[in-house]
Amino acid sequence: MRAFRILSRNIRDAFKSVFRNFSLSLASISCITITLVVVSLAMILSDNVNNFATLVEKDVTIVVFLDRDITKEQIEDVRDSIDVLDNIASIEFQDKMSISKEMMESSDVFKNILGNYNEEENPIQDTYQVKVKDIELIKKTADQIKEIDHVSVVKYGEGMVEQLVTVFDVVKKVSIGMVIALIIVTAFLIANTIKITIFSRKREIEIMRLVGASNLNIKIPFLFEGLFLGMFGSIIPILATIYGYTALYNNFNGQLFSPFIKLIKPEPFIYIVSVVLLIIGILVGMFGSWRAVKKHLKI
Amino acid sequence: MDLIRMKDVNKRYKNGVTAIYDLDLRIEKGDFVFIIGSTGCGKSTLIKMLYREEKPTSGKIIVGGIDVAKLRNGKVYKLRRKLGVVFQDFKLLNRSTVYENVAFALEVFGTPKKEIHSKVIKALELVGLKHKAKNYPTELSGGEQQRVAIARAIINGPKLLICDEPTGNLDENTSMEIMSVLEAINQMGTTIIMVTHDTEIVDKMKKRVILLDSGRILKDYEKGTYKHESI
Ligand SMILES: Nc1ncnc2c1ncn2[C@@H]1O[C@H](COP(=O)(O)OP(=O)(O)OP(=O)(O)O)[C@@H](O)[C@H]1O
Ligand SMILES: [Mg+2]
Repeated sequence: MRAFRILSRNIRDAFKSVFRNFSLSLASISCITITLVVVSLAMILSDNVNNFATLVEKDVTIVVFLDRDITKEQIEDVRDSIDVLDNIASIEFQDKMSISKEMMESSDVFKNILGNYNEEENPIQDTYQVKVKDIELIKKTADQIKEIDHVSVVKYGEGMVEQLVTVFDVVKKVSIGMVIALIIVTAFLIANTIKITIFSRKREIEIMRLVGASNLNIKIPFLFEGLFLGMFGSIIPILATIYGYTALYNNFNGQLFSPFIKLIKPEPFIYIVSVVLLIIGILVGMFGSWRAVKKHLKI
Repeated sequence: MDLIRMKDVNKRYKNGVTAIYDLDLRIEKGDFVFIIGSTGCGKSTLIKMLYREEKPTSGKIIVGGIDVAKLRNGKVYKLRRKLGVVFQDFKLLNRSTVYENVAFALEVFGTPKKEIHSKVIKALELVGLKHKAKNYPTELSGGEQQRVAIARAIINGPKLLICDEPTGNLDENTSMEIMSVLEAINQMGTTIIMVTHDTEIVDKMKKRVILLDSGRILKDYEKGTYKHESI
């Protein structure tokens, strides 16, 4: 009961202090707001890139072109040989007729060219579409498939896939680095704000000490003050995330530029991001005030 | 029984000034003690060590059973809860009312509201300021402000009240009013140590007088007066 009374008094005082030093608090709150907006953007960007990367990785296919004069049995043999390899997720056969039909349907140019051939002369080759489990090992798997009899050519977008993976990695690392830098800067700014409120309350703290307040007693209001700064600072970023991302998603019908680039569905994504923003805001606020208290209260 | 015992106490500040030399002192429970001496002789330093605002460089200090010299920073509050301190400049919160200022000393430990109320009213009655409970310190005279500070210092029923020139800013009449409040508190059993420059007060009260000179106790009189110190 006693602890509860002290706690509620501290919370009330911290709340009052945020408003009593409003211009200062506003500076800290804006700072947290800006940081969290960037954090939110970085999270949305890197999560979407991640999501996209996973989709792409799942989609990357090794196309195995078979010899033109291959027999039915040999086609089966090739499948069996591929099947025993380690990194194989799925194998799908596409015969040359269905491929040329598909191509002819997709464009008139193909239709004109391919329409001139009969089944025997069809320049298109039978293929296996192979998907792999681990994209990083795709080159090794492709090389293994190439060694199999009756396989003429193996294609998997060499270079392109590797490049894409590296680009995703760079995007992720840069955004994480930026977020960490911003968070650190903000924590120091908050430490500065709390420092000033500590100075402006020096007399009160002196008297608290004099009448026998414990160190914890003196520290806790400042920690709560940091917590409130963090909480208030996360309001705008959270609203911006929830409404902004939903609007973006709806505006682009869930995809960016092409159906190939799919956005993450807003729910529950925006709520997860919001919770993370709130937690970061509170932690940054409390860390800042903890630093200031430790340094300037000498307790 | 001794409330305070100091043995071989030295205090040397970081800047090299030695404010207290090899000081031995005992103060009994219920005593009223004046500490006098010329400016800079170490009076404030001496009492600061009693409420552990300063740490002695060497020596032993026991206050109410607490080994003050060995008290860690984090435990100082335990000592502070057993004593009250009053200063020349009152140290009141000007944005809080008289009532809130006195209640402040209880609120920090989460005392229930009802208990706070009855204790604050009692303390304000004792110093004769119950009718000003809702006023702000800036609306009070110096003497009244000092009485608020005294009420705050005694609200927890401390065994010891330490006063550093409590009448330093007050005129003669007001000073005597403060002294009668302190006298009443002393009568109720609280030990009082008071630093002062006021010869008049010391002469009138006829209490124990300790004269400090350059950090040493030069004289220690029962029922002393200022006059025979100034020779
Ligand atoms: N915090 C400090 N740091 C360094 N030296 C100090 C400090 N406080 C006091 N002193 C020095 O210690 C000596 C004693 O100071 P103290 O304040 O105890 O004197 P005092 O007797 O209370 O004087 P006054 O009557 O003017 O209040 C002085 O020489 C003073 O300059
Ligand atoms: Mg002094």
